Amino acid sequence: MAKIVVDVMLKPEILDPQGNAVASALPRLGFTFATSVRQGKRFEIEIEGEPTAAQLAEVEKAAEVLLSNPVIENYVVRVEK
Amino acid sequence: MRVGVITFPGTLDDRDAARAVVVGGAQAVSLWHGDADLKNVDAVVLPGGFSYGDYLRCGAISRFAPVMQLVIEAANKGMPVLGICNGFQVLCESHLLPGALTRNSDLHFLCRDQEIEVVNNQTPWTNAFKQGEKIVIPLKNGEGSFQCDDQTLAMLEGEGRVIARYVGENPNGSRNLIAGISNAKGNVVGLMPHPEHAINELTGPSSQGLGFFTSILHAMVK
Repeated sequence: MAKIVVDVMLKPEILDPQGNAVASALPRLGFTFATSVRQGKRFEIEIEGEPTAAQLAEVEKAAEVLLSNPVIENYVVRVEK
Repeated sequence: MRVGVITFPGTLDDRDAARAVVVGGAQAVSLWHGDADLKNVDAVVLPGGFSYGDYLRCGAISRFAPVMQLVIEAANKGMPVLGICNGFQVLCESHLLPGALTRNSDLHFLCRDQEIEVVNNQTPWTNAFKQGEKIVIPLKNGEGSFQCDDQTLAMLEGEGRVIARYVGENPNGSRNLIAGISNAKGNVVGLMPHPEHAINELTGPSSQGLGFFTSILHAMVK
């Protein structure tokens, strides 16, 4: 069994109010390391056996059509070892 | 004149939208998300709510509902479609309208009476208003911030496709105070605030929302 991970992030130019809220909460708790926080989504997809190139292409397509909204989001597909 | 009102699982405002259609003078026809038939309607309203629980992204799953395939096809052929709030989100996810609706800039769910200005009265959904007319109707949403890239924004502004703007302080961070837009033909309109909740002063802040529903009748009779 393999796990395919799809990370979906808002495009850099799109305002991320949730990320901003997290960024402003961190220093209140004494965490002073962050200059910026962006929040995204992570999908973990399990499949039987090792993924083939065709399967990965299908996942790419699903990421484009359903898992992300290409108007405001970017995505990255990777296989987790 | 038959106006379809679609109910998805999680839709809230279908009853009010159907009533607004009737008070506006047309016949309201209930459409179910699983329908494979538009029942000979002349126009469609996608009402507000939380279709499919807003899972994944607002409107992202509704876009693939069987009835939406027919709505997309009919809209591309010129059938008037009005998406209100969640309906606006569904139209953006369906790529019938450009841009996207994202989380309100202050993260709060807003529910209040909102003044908007109708800035394009040439669409089938806004012809009952005067150009520049200001009306007060409810605004209630968590993800109402209209976002798009600079090029799309310039196109919408340049082609007169912004149909309504918020008046006063920006309630949710929408670009250029955009409350509603149309497609290039003007038959598909998305609106974040709720005209269907403002058709009677007994239950709404005004009766000014009714104009969206009398407009469609004018457009059809013409």
